[in-house]
Amino acid sequence: MSGLIEIRGLTKVYTRGKQKVEALHAVDLDIERGDFVALMGPSGSGKTTLLNLIGGLDSPTSGTISVDGQALERMSSGALARWRAAHVGFVFQFYNLLPVLSAQRNVELPLLLTRLSAAQRRKNAGVALQLVGLADRAQHKPRELSGGQEQRVAIARAIVSDPSLLVCDEPTGDLDRETADEILDLLQMLNREHGKTIVMVTHDPKAAEHARRLVRLDKGSLVPDEAAA
Amino acid sequence: MKYLHLVWAGLFRKKARTVLTLLSVMVAFLLFGLLQSVNEAFSAGAEQAQADRLITNSRYSIIEMLPISYLPQIESVPGVKEVAFASWFGGSYQDRPAQFGVFPVQPERYLRAVPEIVLPPEQLERWRETRDGAIVGRSLAERYGWQVGDRVTLVADIWPQRDGNNDWNFEIAGIYASPDAEQNEGALLFQWDYFDEARQFGRGTVGWFIVQVEDPALAEDIAQSIDARFANSTSETKTQTEKAFAQGFARQFGDIGLIVTSILGAVFFTILVLTGNTMAQAVRERIPELAILKTLGFSDRAVLGLVVTEALVLILLGGLLGLALAAGALAALSSALAGFGVQGISASVVVTGVIVMLALGLAVGLPPAWRAMRLKVVDALGGHQ
Repeated sequence: MSGLIEIRGLTKVYTRGKQKVEALHAVDLDIERGDFVALMGPSGSGKTTLLNLIGGLDSPTSGTISVDGQALERMSSGALARWRAAHVGFVFQFYNLLPVLSAQRNVELPLLLTRLSAAQRRKNAGVALQLVGLADRAQHKPRELSGGQEQRVAIARAIVSDPSLLVCDEPTGDLDRETADEILDLLQMLNREHGKTIVMVTHDPKAAEHARRLVRLDKGSLVPDEAAA
Repeated sequence: MKYLHLVWAGLFRKKARTVLTLLSVMVAFLLFGLLQSVNEAFSAGAEQAQADRLITNSRYSIIEMLPISYLPQIESVPGVKEVAFASWFGGSYQDRPAQFGVFPVQPERYLRAVPEIVLPPEQLERWRETRDGAIVGRSLAERYGWQVGDRVTLVADIWPQRDGNNDWNFEIAGIYASPDAEQNEGALLFQWDYFDEARQFGRGTVGWFIVQVEDPALAEDIAQSIDARFANSTSETKTQTEKAFAQGFARQFGDIGLIVTSILGAVFFTILVLTGNTMAQAVRERIPELAILKTLGFSDRAVLGLVVTEALVLILLGGLLGLALAAGALAALSSALAGFGVQGISASVVVTGVIVMLALGLAVGLPPAWRAMRLKVVDALGGHQ
């Protein structure tokens, strides 16, 4: 495996009212291409902040973060948006599908930012839905799907533009054990068979077992690496 | 275009709210279409007025008559090319107040002074030779199915005949056209000699003189000269350009422009507040969804564009439906309104309407769109906005 993500001295300070809160403090981390990393830690440890920075949703206060050779900390918000569209897929705890659109249309959303024709967008979305086992639910609205199915649609949306990196924030946090295992198996399949690099925040040790590597955070700092799975 | 389904889905996220907003916008533009068409019809006379024509009427009131003996005196004013005259007849047709202008005129003089009226020579000849002959505009003849040779009876409400009879019979001697000013095609003109001899009172008087001048640049001086001739007489005159006269005539009904502007101002202000509030609420409810779009890589501008387009589509949809309804209503009421010169919805009303729609759309769409554009993804996803 070669390096995909290189993080050096990453610090993030939030201002909430008059208070300054240091969410991350001088984090150094390397993630290999094709790795499946679980980020764990207690609430407020900075794991979601780190995930947001890796996904290009936020900019660091100091330090550097390079993904596939591109320095995210130097990018403008417009450049970051373009970079996210091309390189990152997002999966959230509460799925975050657009309730007014069908599963097919939700999956097509990232493709609206490409030059693909409408027919090609439909085709690619169909393939992604097939991959997550929901081809027969393409025309259903999110409210007509179960939680597990909604999360599968969200995963299809995350992979439809074939990004190299998937960032997942508590992807099984809202699911029962059995459904959670199915979702984790799906993520594992995407990692092993399709080579997707996955960074996943989770509170659930069983979910973390599906990852190749476990990274722990506490009070904004990394605690020493240990092998997982 | 590829975002259209996204705009559409956002718009109809809350169907009842959107439909109610659409209805209010539609009613606003229905009113706009109707009122603006009436306003346009009332100002059309002024728009079509000729620069080389003056109108001389009583200084004190438009309904006060002037002696016909003023005619040669006006003709003698230097710069005057032609003088004609006319009176307001009014009257009823088929038990309803006539929905068209009826004017007694002297044929040759009138057609010389108002050359935009085109009458075939043989019909002019027939009119001249027929004492109770009348000519009617093409659109008026089409409306009532009148042909040359038909007889028409109007019932007088101002001018009874000498024997007390209110019925005035006319033979249609000709049908004129007015290709450059179709507004003029809605009138009936009949022989002033017939009118003057048969009426019970007011003989030897006219409603107003139509004065054609040789040089429009001198119109103001000529108007002053005419009024000076009759100063301190029993019937003082007021001479003004045809445009000013037409505006004054329309103002008898009230300042239509001001009334229309006031009503529409109130209507659009209400729409602005109502739709603005709806859009702001719709965007507030969708902050997490907009944050997701940004997460997926939609730029700030794309999000701004989506929200503004939503507002524009909402206003344009309601507005165009409203204008279409106004056009339908005007078509249905065309015969009743033709007497006021209302001939349906014009292109200029539609264009003005669309400009107002775009302005309203931007006014209600930009503030929430700006908020959506400045949304910080991390805060919005974390529920901090």
